[in-house]
Amino acid sequence: MKPDLGLYDYWPYEGRPKIRWPNGAKIAFWVAPNIEFYELDPPKNPLRNAWPRPHPDVLLASNRDYGNRAGHWRMMEVMDKYNVRGSISLSIGLIDHHPELIEETKARNWEFFSHGIYNTRYSYEMDEAQERAIMEDSLESVMKATGQKLAGYLAPALTHTERTMDLLAEYGFLYTCDLFQDDTPQPVNVNSGRLISMPYSLEINDIIVYNAYLGTPRRYGQMIKDQFDQLLKEGEECGTVMCIPLHAYAVGHPHRIGGFEDALEYITGHSKEDVWITTGREIAEYYYETYYDECLADINARKGG
Amino acid sequence: MTLDKEYLEYPNRKYGMDHDLYDWSILQKREPVKWPNDAKVALWISYSLEFFPLDQPAKPFKAPGGMVTPYPDLRHFTTRDYGNRVGIQRLWKVLDKHGLKASAAVNSKVAERYPYLVNKINERGDELIGHGVDMGKIHYGGMDDGEEQALIKESLESLRQASGQPVTGWWSPGKSQSWNTMKHLAANGVVYCCDWGNDDMPYQMNEAGGNLWAMPHGDEIWDRTIIMDKKHNEEEFVEEVQDAFSVLYNETDKYGGRVLSLVLTPYIMGLHYRIKYLDQVLGWIKEHDGVWSATGTEILDAFKAQTG
Repeated sequence: MKPDLGLYDYWPYEGRPKIRWPNGAKIAFWVAPNIEFYELDPPKNPLRNAWPRPHPDVLLASNRDYGNRAGHWRMMEVMDKYNVRGSISLSIGLIDHHPELIEETKARNWEFFSHGIYNTRYSYEMDEAQERAIMEDSLESVMKATGQKLAGYLAPALTHTERTMDLLAEYGFLYTCDLFQDDTPQPVNVNSGRLISMPYSLEINDIIVYNAYLGTPRRYGQMIKDQFDQLLKEGEECGTVMCIPLHAYAVGHPHRIGGFEDALEYITGHSKEDVWITTGREIAEYYYETYYDECLADINARKGG
Repeated sequence: MTLDKEYLEYPNRKYGMDHDLYDWSILQKREPVKWPNDAKVALWISYSLEFFPLDQPAKPFKAPGGMVTPYPDLRHFTTRDYGNRVGIQRLWKVLDKHGLKASAAVNSKVAERYPYLVNKINERGDELIGHGVDMGKIHYGGMDDGEEQALIKESLESLRQASGQPVTGWWSPGKSQSWNTMKHLAANGVVYCCDWGNDDMPYQMNEAGGNLWAMPHGDEIWDRTIIMDKKHNEEEFVEEVQDAFSVLYNETDKYGGRVLSLVLTPYIMGLHYRIKYLDQVLGWIKEHDGVWSATGTEILDAFKAQTG
């Protein structure tokens, strides 16, 4: 084990290249619904149990399944209302289980990125061939179902190995959502090719707010607005990225959807010169075209600060 | 089943403490202290800059904020690192806006990895205090004494060299000490430590002939405790700090100068959606007359000048 994988370099959040998003926007905003499939009776990973109770864990498994049956559709209606496309963090296996969900989101021109095969299969203790198999399966399955070449990755249940980032770059993924060190993208140090870290969030992530911070739905809406205001202001100096990661099994409940809708209404009420409402892929593509080289040069010039 | 007879023997049952690390003393029965310019409340802000290694051992436990999931726990590694990159910049901006000084507790590994941060601390005029080597190196009862001496020496020498500051304050990682920590701190030029949360004012430790002091450095009024442990939200955090300030401020008429010690964590309070609440509560405090923003050393020096 190593104290640090050296995946990125230290880069102080001041004096950076002045990023501007399309239309001169100061903040790039994207919404990432996690559309996950949780198996009722998955095989055991040596380092993590899928369910806290003996299988079948009816309480928790049905809680998760609620998202696909009910929550997703309610959440999608709200996103439709404000013309916000989702970038779906997809359990790839769900393509086979619930094709209706893929068809509906594809018809809306949403993006799909890989979140592993199932959210009940973890990367811990995988050998390289197994981790490659997940990425290859992801690329093939999404291409076949949607015609999209996968651009993004969020490791299943955020479980990683030391080689995850190198493999992503090798397979031509454009961005990873697995690193949380910043509010702007950053080049990741990989063995070959290129990869950037894309700001996702373990803070205004609905699951974190509801289950870790024990926040109320209305408080959640306020947190989103507070974060947006701050990053919009800071975006004057250097364009920022803000992501709202969602889980339909959490935010899609009737008592919770209102807090999210309130925040979405607030954000989409801003002008195009302030906020670029977009997807993970579009942010990554734009960044590679415009700022990747400049940012990399800045990081290298300031190594160690 | 029965217990050994020693279990009902109380060899330290006597007036005062059951140990000789410091003397028993009642906060409300001490001589009043006057702060410079007759300030009522000394506002002591401190923040920590920490490195959590991915291979953090649980020896004998993981410091709060440490790795949680199996290796490599990139989610906690990177969210902690966010504080050293982004969060700290927001804290500094808010402190600048209100003209406030602070004490910066720094792991020596942070100083070595990110010299930028030490240079900024010096530029700002913040006091740098020792915070151990990194968050994987806990001081604890029963640890090898030579190992602990080496850790303290390594941390202080590295920080003094990097900063050019005397580094006479100390906050142990995870606020954990061995039976020998204070002896070694005093022997290495440390004048005050932040680990004991048992008072609202500085007090003297018996170590090193009374040359080591405990500073009030709350384990309760700390963003980590209020937000991460108690799960209170940002508006509640503001209320709690305001309430603490008001109580201390009002006590000064009767008891003399007080200290409000506010302990901040860049990866917690420096988040985008939280920082405005820190701005708000510090602005509120600054509206009061008689607030003295000071570093730990400045407060302790003023205190010692009156209490001998």
